[in-house]
Amino acid sequence: MDQLVRELVPQVLGILVRRGADFAAAEDAVQEALTEAVRRWPDDPPDDPKAWLVTVSWRKFIDAGRSESARRTREERTLEEPAPGPAEEQDDTLLLLFLSCHPSLSPHAAVALTLRAVGGLTTRQIAEAYLVPESTMAQRISRAKRTIAQEGVGTPGDLRRVLTVLYLIFNEGYSGDVDLAAEAIRLTRAMTRASDEPEVAGLLALMLLHHARRDARWAGDGGLVPLAEQDRSRWDTALISEGVAILQSALARDRLGEYQAQAAIAALHCDAASADETDWPQILEWYDELAVLTDSPVVALNRVVALAEVDGPLIGLQELKSVPDAIPRRTAVAAWLHERAGDLDQAADLYAEAAAAASNVAERTHLTRQSARLHSR
Amino acid sequence: MAKYLLLKHYRGGPEFAGLDFCETPMDQWKPEEVSDHIAFMGDVARQLRERGEFVDAQAVSPEGTFVRFDGEGKPPVTDGPFAETKDLIAGWMVIDVESVERAHEAAALLSSAPGPGGVPIKEWIEVRPFLENPPNMSE
Repeated sequence: MDQLVRELVPQVLGILVRRGADFAAAEDAVQEALTEAVRRWPDDPPDDPKAWLVTVSWRKFIDAGRSESARRTREERTLEEPAPGPAEEQDDTLLLLFLSCHPSLSPHAAVALTLRAVGGLTTRQIAEAYLVPESTMAQRISRAKRTIAQEGVGTPGDLRRVLTVLYLIFNEGYSGDVDLAAEAIRLTRAMTRASDEPEVAGLLALMLLHHARRDARWAGDGGLVPLAEQDRSRWDTALISEGVAILQSALARDRLGEYQAQAAIAALHCDAASADETDWPQILEWYDELAVLTDSPVVALNRVVALAEVDGPLIGLQELKSVPDAIPRRTAVAAWLHERAGDLDQAADLYAEAAAAASNVAERTHLTRQSARLHSR
Repeated sequence: MAKYLLLKHYRGGPEFAGLDFCETPMDQWKPEEVSDHIAFMGDVARQLRERGEFVDAQAVSPEGTFVRFDGEGKPPVTDGPFAETKDLIAGWMVIDVESVERAHEAAALLSSAPGPGGVPIKEWIEVRPFLENPPNMSE
């Protein structure tokens, strides 16, 4: 039932919104209908779950409106209730994504709302995935909807923003019983069916290429395995070929963007049968492109790694000076460059320093182990 | 059931004569020793989950800042970060157990995590009972 419901939520919500229902009120109504479905379906499954949800949600929406405003007469709306026609799900997905990623919302509020309104997840599932109490997440979502109601939906989010929100969801990865990375892929895939903007395809390709390596990134004990040490036979080749095909058709449209360039780099990594066979010169070229597209210091830092692979650690260390000190992982890159340059004592100290500054436990353990490896040589 | 906070500090605790604990920072251990230590901690959390006693566990970064109010319309006063991490909290675990003895047993188990040479590091764990809600009965 869970999977079915999650597919139906955005369709039903889209139908309500197209009938003219206000987005926030419609979203509430669909959630209420879902609660009723969970209660009633196990004993009395409907013949047409979607029609059932549309009817019940619409009734909830009308009821809420009626209690809110006595001026609305019952006939006015219930008589107009159209039968659920052939679904225009694809257009609705895009519409709902734009609404959920409204420019007046912070990215994290947009994430929560997107997962519920478009992803069809329950508040409890979203709360578990982000390790916060359910009431906190419920509050975050209703604040987001209030903000949209106040700002008016006349100013939908821009595409760039939707992509940022989807990528944020993807990067949250996996905790609780919801696989957020898989969820982000599902939503982005739905978006590619509704938009032929090459950056949408670029983002999907990027996600697929990262996702293909996910199992190999984690050791049995929960530790991180760096790219160079991953067991490449554990990479998901079907996902890689799909990602590469999507990327190629996006690049053929000749409107390069950040996500396409990042996906191109990920594709080159996936293409190497072993770490030694990585085509670093071409990766460096893509980083040069990426540096033109964004002036992100994170990109500059990653470019240093590619540069060092091509021209050696000393050139890398030289270039590292142009990356601001406060950039996360800069110290880890410095440690790696010093190790490559043969300066093992300094590398060991820098790894320890990087471990202390790490922002997550897996990275901290990994860097501590690197430092320990050099200290105990 | 009663809840306890098990606090882990970045090095430190009472300095009782005769009770030595491992003071070698982890980056000076062997890589396998680091892995074994981490695996042990994960295993303790798993055991507590299986017993129905686990509530929460978090690690916090050594960097941090003290902040306080400095009057209406003024930006907050900040102090730090501090170089000395000895007294700082490294992380915590919250457990919900039958008795204080059981809380101590769990803390001792955490403290027995292996260090260099597989020897327990005997790290101090601070055990603090939660203040509970008043009992729900009529007065």
